[in-house]
Amino acid sequence: MNPGMNAALNSGMAPVATPWFFYVLAGMAVISGGLVITLRNAVHAALALIVTLLSVASLYLMLYAPFVTGVQIVVYAGGIMVLFLFVIMLVNIERSSKEHRFNRIWPAGLAAACVLLALFVSAFVKGRALFADRGMPLPESSNTQQIATMLYGEAGKMGQYTFAFEIASLLLLVAILGAVIMTKKKI
Amino acid sequence: MAPITTLHYLVVAAALFVLGVVGVLIRRNVVIVLMSIELILNAVNLNLVAFSRMWGNLHGQVFAIFIIVDAAAEAAVGLGILIAFFRNKETVNVDEIDLLKW
Repeated sequence: MNPGMNAALNSGMAPVATPWFFYVLAGMAVISGGLVITLRNAVHAALALIVTLLSVASLYLMLYAPFVTGVQIVVYAGGIMVLFLFVIMLVNIERSSKEHRFNRIWPAGLAAACVLLALFVSAFVKGRALFADRGMPLPESSNTQQIATMLYGEAGKMGQYTFAFEIASLLLLVAILGAVIMTKKKI
Repeated sequence: MAPITTLHYLVVAAALFVLGVVGVLIRRNVVIVLMSIELILNAVNLNLVAFSRMWGNLHGQVFAIFIIVDAAAEAAVGLGILIAFFRNKETVNVDEIDLLKW
């Protein structure tokens, strides 16, 4: 991260934020993530997830990825979470907000998650050297244009991900058909 | 303060991933299980964008965009299944979704 930022400083671009921004945003993301899995009311958990999504979007902005930030805010926080809230209101029964939050086998789940956490910690401690800066980071001002070139292709040529983009639109078509068919009263 | 390296972002992503896994395994409400899956997908996205910054190219960011598209499709279908099931049995409790038990 640092050599790239030095080059950006030399070219006249000021750094985006101090480390304090990172710690505040990361703390917000992790704390509201913890609230998602522990709150009793489903609507409160959805709102906590929205806070998590917005702080993760701000972390993308710190990583000089403005287009992914925009997509995350518009699609994820603005589309998917609204869908979740609609469905919560459709299936909201009073009984579910008064009974136990955790299911029958919760100690086994917690033990498995602790093993996973230990695996992550050992990977980070042993592999510190793998995560050093390598390539030259790309400038932020042409980020959207370069992503568009990769997704849609230059004039006359295919980009690197044009085929994947077409398949993604097919995936969305299948999802729309599935959602419509499954919620019909009589198929 | 030490400068923020890629490892900082990976640690945050790992924390969000473990929180999502805990939520999927522990909670009773199916909607909250689906929201924990969204937490997991976000952790993976953060990993990808951090690595994209580390390597200096945009492949990670394009992959993250495709994962967001996939998360939208999967949330729509998963919630459709939930609504179809709720019409049958009037419950959102994972312990009571046991029609396939012997």
